[in-house]
Amino acid sequence: MEYRINGPFTKEKFEDLKAGDTVLLTGTVYTARDAAHKRMVEMLEKGETLPFDIKNAVIYYVGPTPEKPGNPIGSAGPTTSYRMDAYAPTLLDLGETGMIGKGQRSQEVKEAVLRNGAVYFAAIGGAGALMAQRVETAEIIAFDDLGAEAVRRLQVKDFPVTVVLDSHGGDLYQEGRAAYLESRK
Amino acid sequence: MRTLDVKEITAAVEKMAKQTNHFLSNDVKRAISGRTEKEPWPVAKGVLEKIEENITIAEEGVLPLCQDTGMACVFLEIGQDVHLTGGSVTDAVNEGVRRGYGEGFLRKSVVRDPLRRVNTKDNTPAHIHYEIVSGDKVKVVFAPKGFGSENMSQIKMLPPSAGAEGVKDFVVKVCEEAGANPCPPIVVGVGIGGTFDKVALMAKEALLIPFDEENSDPYYAEMEEELLTRINALGIGPQGFGGETTALSVKIKTAPTHIAGLPVAVNINCHVSRHAEMVL
Repeated sequence: MEYRINGPFTKEKFEDLKAGDTVLLTGTVYTARDAAHKRMVEMLEKGETLPFDIKNAVIYYVGPTPEKPGNPIGSAGPTTSYRMDAYAPTLLDLGETGMIGKGQRSQEVKEAVLRNGAVYFAAIGGAGALMAQRVETAEIIAFDDLGAEAVRRLQVKDFPVTVVLDSHGGDLYQEGRAAYLESRK
Repeated sequence: MRTLDVKEITAAVEKMAKQTNHFLSNDVKRAISGRTEKEPWPVAKGVLEKIEENITIAEEGVLPLCQDTGMACVFLEIGQDVHLTGGSVTDAVNEGVRRGYGEGFLRKSVVRDPLRRVNTKDNTPAHIHYEIVSGDKVKVVFAPKGFGSENMSQIKMLPPSAGAEGVKDFVVKVCEEAGANPCPPIVVGVGIGGTFDKVALMAKEALLIPFDEENSDPYYAEMEEELLTRINALGIGPQGFGGETTALSVKIKTAPTHIAGLPVAVNINCHVSRHAEMVL
């Protein structure tokens, strides 16, 4: 199935999604990768407030290239998600509804997705130029010192993603491969 | 003896840093379009078409192919009849990286220390491999390496009894374990033999071999073909969504080794297989 979903990204808007569906997202997403996740979880441990409202937030695992003059962002494809596995369940339990990245997730993340009715999307790895064209604005809102790893608020339009882990236990990496192999028998 | 100012090396590195992050070589582009055409699984074909679209956008020169513009891997083949002047060759390479990544709006992805992790902010230092060769020329190869795929690479010191089957099984296992993580379709560089350090270097060098260049040893040419077939029978497919095209190319480099050893290294690259060379 193909969907268009506009923000705010509540879990109700994601509940019909199934692994393998393609979605065009329009709205606000936040960027965070390794260093930003580490800092955010440390902030929570110290009882501090996160730089953005995690409730109904979609986090995109990306560290873009610097933007050329006149462009909102540089190349902006997904980074490999498993490096965020240690931190993701904490954020999902606080109301994060979606993650955008690429690659396999841990059992703990899969359980947190199910428990919270969240979704894990994949963007196309290595297609950062294509992805950047769907970003309308980008603004650094925290951890400026981290450079490419700073937290940015992005406004995206028709941002193309594929559902990998849905809120019903579906996993495209297992199902897609199995379906293809079945077709070759 | 010929003299060469290291400024020329700086200029070459700067130029290739900008170039490789926007333009793929023709062998890579041909491999991707060929696979797109014959990919039997519709989802996979769709992903490959998006990858081709991305290549076209990057060639406009505004947005790099991938946001991971890599750690700068530089291979220098220095002719023994060349006298390098004008300063340190290592500094010259790093200056080229600094300029290329700065002026080229490329991402700075290097941290000074692996555990304390503070970004150097200019993508230096480069990883430089120096080799002294005959002649009076200097060959500079520039290959920015993304770490999504680098992280999925593995090395194994097999016993000689494992033989060719053991080597092949290990290569396929590494690709299967990598799954969706390294942005398939992948490019697979295999080193066999040598020592622990040599085998890893050969695996990286194998990633620099043009896809359409046939291995001069028919034994290994056949092994490359067999490995490609086996990897593309795994069903992982582009981005791990399922499909035939898991790998675009497998290349093997070998070296003499010890009577007790059979080292094997698998260096994985993504479909954004970037490298260029200049002879000075």
